[in-house]
Amino acid sequence: MKNLPTIAWLAFLLTIPLWLTDQYYLHIVITTGLFIIGAMSLNLLLGYTGQLSLGHVAFFGIGAYASALTSLGFDIPVFWNDVDRIKLAPLHPAYGFLVGAVVAGLCGFIVGRLSFKIRGAYFVIVTISFAEVTRLVALNWIDLTQGPLALSNIPPLGYNLPGLGENVFWSKTPNYYLVLGLAIIAYVLIRRVVRSRMGRAMIALRENESLATSVGIDVTRYLVFAAVASAALAGAAGSLYAHYIRIIDPDIFLFVYTVTMVIMVVTGGKGTLAGPIVGGVIFGALPVGLREFAPPEAQWIVYGIAMVLIVFFLPRGIVPAVSDWWHRKTGSPPRHLRGDDDNNKAAAAGAPLPSATRKPV
Amino acid sequence: MSATNAKPLLSIEHVAVHFGGLVAIADMNFDVHEGELVSLIGPNGAGKTTAFNVVTGFMRPTKGEVHFRGTALHKLKPHEVAGVGLVRTFQRTSLFTTNTVFENVLTGLHLSGKASTWSTLMALPGMRREEAKLRQAVWEVLDFVGIAHYANELGGALPYGAQRLLGVAVALAAKPKLLLLDEPAAGMNASETADFMHLLAKIRKSGITILLVEHDMPLVMGVSDRIVVLNYGKIIANGTPAEIQSNPEVIRAYLGQGIKQHA
Repeated sequence: MKNLPTIAWLAFLLTIPLWLTDQYYLHIVITTGLFIIGAMSLNLLLGYTGQLSLGHVAFFGIGAYASALTSLGFDIPVFWNDVDRIKLAPLHPAYGFLVGAVVAGLCGFIVGRLSFKIRGAYFVIVTISFAEVTRLVALNWIDLTQGPLALSNIPPLGYNLPGLGENVFWSKTPNYYLVLGLAIIAYVLIRRVVRSRMGRAMIALRENESLATSVGIDVTRYLVFAAVASAALAGAAGSLYAHYIRIIDPDIFLFVYTVTMVIMVVTGGKGTLAGPIVGGVIFGALPVGLREFAPPEAQWIVYGIAMVLIVFFLPRGIVPAVSDWWHRKTGSPPRHLRGDDDNNKAAAAGAPLPSATRKPV
Repeated sequence: MSATNAKPLLSIEHVAVHFGGLVAIADMNFDVHEGELVSLIGPNGAGKTTAFNVVTGFMRPTKGEVHFRGTALHKLKPHEVAGVGLVRTFQRTSLFTTNTVFENVLTGLHLSGKASTWSTLMALPGMRREEAKLRQAVWEVLDFVGIAHYANELGGALPYGAQRLLGVAVALAAKPKLLLLDEPAAGMNASETADFMHLLAKIRKSGITILLVEHDMPLVMGVSDRIVVLNYGKIIANGTPAEIQSNPEVIRAYLGQGIKQHA
């Protein structure tokens, strides 16, 4: 059965709330899951187009704030006079979720367009600056964001549908399923993109931009697409976070969260589908596991050492290292950074006899 | 210039390139006609690579214009140049090193695909059919160039000569009308160069015009219809291989005595 591992994984993930009864651990699973979605979205940019966004948490935070404000409503004075005000009555949090993803995606578009000519270090600087500016806005635009006082009493997500009745997700279990649902959708969509012509264009941009351009690939277009998709996904995760935690403050934009996502992607294996998940599980679980028997300062030291060791010994990350090892063991050719490719599997299996692989796939 | 009266495929008109005070190309004029194989030669520093970058739209000339099938190249963005049928290779790395040979060519086929973002995200049947078709087309290109047996090797792991061929394969995948090759035979041994000459003939037969920048004189003399000689940013000769070999200025500027041995 080809699909057996997938089914087993799904069954495992779907049953977690049934056997993980300790609510604290379920909370860790949910927040780690949100981080993993963030890391997956970052991987689309960092792993596939090769552009390091060091302000990625900005999109997460923008999604959280946009979603929270949509469902809380706001009433702010306009800049140019003292009379007019911009008002929004509270809307259902489901709209908040959509607004969060769309607003974050728009910001991704702006950052992508602004930086369309710059690569490498300059892209990093633009993204860091962008995150810092958003943090300062969240901190100082007190009429809108309450500044350091935080937006609190954010309503949880839920549904009120004819026939299904009303259900508001106050508890952890439905929030877990929301996060799982978003993660699965994100995984499937990212997988489709990176294995398509679009994904090849992104990888071409990462590998050799001049050559990509010479065969007609509009690299800017794919970079902007990756930035928008990545930002919208991070924004969606941010929205789930806001409605789950129900209070957000400008600390959501802290640099350390971006760094955590980058660590997850790099240690897991950038440019692989499973990389951010593996890295996310390790660096999401590590602090919790250490909390039992180590003081906080020791936890961070272990965290740092683990990261250095992984990057030092497995420079391409855990997933490529494991898949190389597996391919050496089974004798099939390594697939390296491109991820598995169902369509190409037949071709790979018949490497010495190309004629055998030429049937329409 | 050329004997044919037909409109040239590529025409380079009064092109000049200045880098600050340095004149890389002074005033360059030449045409490439459909079906021709034209070589651009010249000693190191003559401005060949600069000329090549201007012709392929990677660099804007300071003065003058380059027209390809009536389209002014300076009006196109670099990635649009391939769309009108002008595709180049690169001197050093003309491949995606961490991708397999198969994926390299598949990436080169970018313009043959039309699937929208939506159909990709939804994995619609049209997109899947297109993908299957592109994968089929990869084998055709690999067979044509003769590197199908390397299909699953990483581009960067190939022997040097095969890497050069892969560069040509990636360019051919983009379906050029005019193929510009930047020192494609550099680093090839004698038998690889001989094979490469056959490949050039095959490419021409399939209806693709070629502009070649190359140092290997036996190759250039053997395959070219016409040779344009560049020295210090100026064209000093433009003619058939025989004319070039007997042109005293070319001999003085560049070829020296060696030309007689190669003839």
